[in-house]
Amino acid sequence: MENINKNLQSDATVKEGKLSTKERLQIKRHEMPMQDPQERIKNFNEVPFGYSPEEAIEEAKRCIQCKSEVPECVKGCPVNIDILGFINLIEKGDFLAAAKKIKETNSLPAICGRVCPQEDQCEKLCVIGRRKDTPSVAIGNLERFVADYKAKYGNLHFEVNSFINPGKNKKVAIVGGGPAGLATAGDLRKMGYGVTIYEALHEIGGVLMYGIPEFRLPKDILLRELQILKDMGVEVITNAVVGKTVTVDELLNKKGYSAVFIGTGAGTPKFLNIPGEELNGVYSANEFLTRVNLMRAYNKNEYDTPIKSCGNTFVVFGAGNTAMDAVRTALRLGYHDARIFYRRSRKEMTARLEEIHHAEQEGVKFDFLVNPVRFIGDENQNVKQVECLKMELGEPDESGRRRPVPIKGSEFTTDIEGAVIAIGTNANPIVPQSTPGMELNKWGYIIANEETGKTTKKGVFAGGDIVTGAATVILAMGAGKKAAASIDEYLKIGIW
Amino acid sequence: MYEIIEKKNLGEGMNVYKINVPDVAAKARPGQFVVLRVHEKGERIPITIAGNDEINGSITILVQTVGKTTHLLSELSAGNKLADVVGPLGIPSEIDNFGTVICMGGGFGIAALHPIAKALKEHGNHIISIIGARRKDLLLMESEMKEASSELLVATDDGSYGAKGFVTDVLKKLVVDNKRIINRVIAIGPVPMMKAVSDFTKSYNIKTIVSLNPIMIDGSGMCGACRVLVGGKTKFACVDGPDFDAHEVDFENLVNRQRFYKEEEKAAYECHMKQHHSNM
Ligand SMILES: Cc1cc2nc3c(=O)[nH]c(=O)nc-3n(C[C@H](O)[C@H](O)[C@H](O)COP(=O)(O)OP(=O)(O)OC[C@H]3O[C@@H](n4cnc5c(N)ncnc54)[C@H](O)[C@@H]3O)c2cc1C
Ligand SMILES: Cc1cc2nc3c(=O)[nH]c(=O)nc-3n(C[C@H](O)[C@H](O)[C@H](O)COP(=O)(O)OP(=O)(O)OC[C@H]3O[C@@H](n4cnc5c(N)ncnc54)[C@H](O)[C@@H]3O)c2cc1C
Ligand code: FES
Repeated sequence: MENINKNLQSDATVKEGKLSTKERLQIKRHEMPMQDPQERIKNFNEVPFGYSPEEAIEEAKRCIQCKSEVPECVKGCPVNIDILGFINLIEKGDFLAAAKKIKETNSLPAICGRVCPQEDQCEKLCVIGRRKDTPSVAIGNLERFVADYKAKYGNLHFEVNSFINPGKNKKVAIVGGGPAGLATAGDLRKMGYGVTIYEALHEIGGVLMYGIPEFRLPKDILLRELQILKDMGVEVITNAVVGKTVTVDELLNKKGYSAVFIGTGAGTPKFLNIPGEELNGVYSANEFLTRVNLMRAYNKNEYDTPIKSCGNTFVVFGAGNTAMDAVRTALRLGYHDARIFYRRSRKEMTARLEEIHHAEQEGVKFDFLVNPVRFIGDENQNVKQVECLKMELGEPDESGRRRPVPIKGSEFTTDIEGAVIAIGTNANPIVPQSTPGMELNKWGYIIANEETGKTTKKGVFAGGDIVTGAATVILAMGAGKKAAASIDEYLKIGIW
Repeated sequence: MYEIIEKKNLGEGMNVYKINVPDVAAKARPGQFVVLRVHEKGERIPITIAGNDEINGSITILVQTVGKTTHLLSELSAGNKLADVVGPLGIPSEIDNFGTVICMGGGFGIAALHPIAKALKEHGNHIISIIGARRKDLLLMESEMKEASSELLVATDDGSYGAKGFVTDVLKKLVVDNKRIINRVIAIGPVPMMKAVSDFTKSYNIKTIVSLNPIMIDGSGMCGACRVLVGGKTKFACVDGPDFDAHEVDFENLVNRQRFYKEEEKAAYECHMKQHHSNM
């Protein structure tokens, strides 16, 4: 509180910019214009349209330009973007300079602006947002705006090349082309190292490519960002499953890489381990989303991968971003009644607020405190019903959240045509099993130093979901950046 | 990369291809597979590696045309390129000295079986191979299998070559009538054949390995599409298999899961063939 008051008073420089703090506080938060919910459930196009330049400037004016040494919002940003700085540049109308400012610390702003959980990060700590009647500055929307503006009007290539330092005669292999790997690759390349990304799938991007749907993160935007990396000289080898096609030891000892970074994500789906889970129509979130996103099954006139695309009721178990993506995808595929079943209550949902709002606008129904006990199939072994138990909240568990406990005798069944299990992921075992000398924790995740990314194996670094378990895009990128810095140090001094 | 360097049509929708993919050729072990895409908008399909030539950097695959993707593949010829080939995937087959091993194959399963039989023979096993086809002229890889085996037995549905009947009939005869001591059976082919073999060997308590072929996408443990029930537990065929202890496998579930997209596959195939013919 003290901080807030101090910031609200120190508005000397704001006055130079003509507006007083009081005036700034009176400007209403600008929500992005977006597709009408009834229209958008019939297509896979992005939901919000983004700000116009005028809207962006107006929103930027809401920032009171706090005077503390490290502004509150920046404290909430895992990669310490100079938020104040870029918002100030937007207010002045210098959008390209604002974009450059963000790029100093975040190589994928168009993506982060769209998928970061801002309400838990920068916007959570935003000083005006912590007051009673004024919502925080829409930092994420502004980040997205400048990144898109830059893509439209800026000279991407000029900057790409001006970033890169003179060549160093050492090269680094990156295993996995998700956010962690991309961030590491980008930073190392800028430092002048030769960088090769080895990716298991036929396209890089990780969850951004196979998990997060088009209506939330259009593939064009992702591809544009990936192209910048390639233009910077990052080499990409797709269809390379490290551990199968080539091993980490071979990368180090035979292929001439001086260091290896592992960013393979937490990509193995968890199942509920209940009867009937093997029935047709019960999917893991990864399968369902991979068919639709990576394989573009929603566009069946052009692409070959099949997906069931209509029916009445479709249920998704879980309440994270993955669950929201799956349930909104089901709606768009043509299921009329798409529902979330969650064993805890609304308060414990982990998805981004915006996704929950959008899902509600689109007519997704939420059933809380229900837990599935079995799936029931028809004569062809297609799922036709799910039986659930009602739950109530008991004592807090180790996560501090109240533990859901089943209510005896509360079983009920729901007729369904499809179900997705979105209850999280485990570590994929392929890299760990084929990399002797690299220690894992009891859940199978790679043990790596939080600050340096160093694993217990010399020359091997790791970061992102394969170290932390499923987390966020920005945390994976942050881990990648730290690892890049420590790889640079290791390659310079040669001491592990 | 991914260039088809040789293609041979074996009739009845069967084609053998040699594909240039040096990384995979250098690593492939018997029992492993690749996932490939024919074109940029195509589906990812798993195909067993039937052979590899490290020096030339090529692998051999044998593919049966059953739907749109395999048909698209059948239209390609030497010099054409595939969009993607990734591998070698899956856990290699267990190769050891077991004693007398029966290797049974049907359809494209014979191609998958060949490198396994060969490796087992090199490890000192006595290999009895039993391969089958509907008619004599449809029998695949007879001479290759002969070379990889100590004894080769053939069954045709119409009796035009070898014994009349199914490969399982030949197996039963060996075990029941001839009282041969068998240490292990490996069966690769259509699910009904693998199930029949498994049902029989279970009653004689002969360890049996089958190679499962559920629908896959990534082939590296990410999607869970390939899950199969083995010993009542969920396993991912692509990373835990594709080889499993036959007596633990729920074959009925496998068949059901393979059938899930039948309607969509049929529609895609018919639409493709219509376009195909109107273009000709
Ligand atoms: C559906 C969904 C929605 C999400 N929504 C959000 C959101 O809105 N906001 C947010 O912040 N976070 C979100 N997340 C979480 C976020 O996407 C992840 O935390 C983040 O992608 C982790 O990055 P990563 O680089 O560690 O791993 P990943 O993104 O998983 O990338 C790993 C890459 O490594 C590759 N790989 C794996 N094994 C190998 C191997 N053996 N050899 C070579 N390559 C390999 C994979 O194919 C993949 O490309 C979401 C996750 C999902 C699944
Ligand atoms: C580990 C493994 C190894 C295999 N090895 C061979 C081989 O060596 N030679 C060969 O001819 N075939 C092999 N198959 C089967 C082959 O993958 C399918 O025949 C092929 O995918 C059919 O595609 P389609 O579009 O032509 O047919 P579709 O019309 O799409 O499907 C026909 C049937 O093929 C199966 N199928 C469809 N899509 C897939 C998929 N993505 N993954 C797996 N099965 C699918 C389904 O059961 C379906 O009912 C193997 C399968 C697996 C899992
Ligand atoms: S094919 Fe995706 S997990 Fe096996």
